[in-house]
Amino acid sequence: MSHERRLRFKTLVMVLLMVVCANLGDLMLKRGMLQIGAVQMSTSGIWQALGSTIHNETIWLGIFFLIGFTFCYMTAVSWADYSYVMPAGAFGYAVQTLLAVLILHEAVSARRWFGVVLIVVGVMLVGQTHPSTTTPRPVAS
Amino acid sequence: MRLILMLVFFICCSTGGEIAMTYGMKQVGEPESFRPGALLRFIKKAISSSWIWLAVPLLAASFYSLLILLSWAPLSVVIPASAFNYVLGTFGAKYLLREQVSPKRWMGVIMVGIGVTLVLLA
Repeated sequence: MSHERRLRFKTLVMVLLMVVCANLGDLMLKRGMLQIGAVQMSTSGIWQALGSTIHNETIWLGIFFLIGFTFCYMTAVSWADYSYVMPAGAFGYAVQTLLAVLILHEAVSARRWFGVVLIVVGVMLVGQTHPSTTTPRPVAS
Repeated sequence: MRLILMLVFFICCSTGGEIAMTYGMKQVGEPESFRPGALLRFIKKAISSSWIWLAVPLLAASFYSLLILLSWAPLSVVIPASAFNYVLGTFGAKYLLREQVSPKRWMGVIMVGIGVTLVLLA
């Protein structure tokens, strides 16, 4: 496999893992915050919400997935451009909106769906560019 | 109004944290392989980077502001709205990380930005 194909392949794998972990993480956070309720914007309200999030198992499950996302993200940007990896990760918005409709039963308008489609097309354009445009970095030892 | 302010705070912390983390990871370099030993060495080198430790509090602040946003608005509004990170992040990538951002990449980012705006206005 050529260097560029290998670079594209491993970046694609990491981006897909990022999308899965971010989607599951955000979904769990949303569920957890629905269980906790709206946060009051006062000192006591914020501290109370912080305490509630610490004791919520669904929030911790969300954090677990977001740690997985962070690891995949850190690994991907160690070899690929930030301006390539992060837009590529936006592919997850389509999945996320679908999950919000199917699992959380949220209403999503046609305009919002169109916005999501534009995001996905934009990400596809970015995906056609070279993943790394900076000088090669040393391998960690 | 409080939703917009919290969104701005979230986007600034998130983009700043990601730029700092990327800068740190470029210094660390990619893992030599995906075997456990190599990954442990990779993680050890990453957590010894001061840039990563600059990124952590910024990302923690963005995480907590995301939690607050999620308690205020539906998931299908909050998450796509945070895609503004891509526009700011691309500027950061070009001028701080010195990445070459081609017209096609810019076009993609702008489409993402328009998509985000439509999502916010919906």
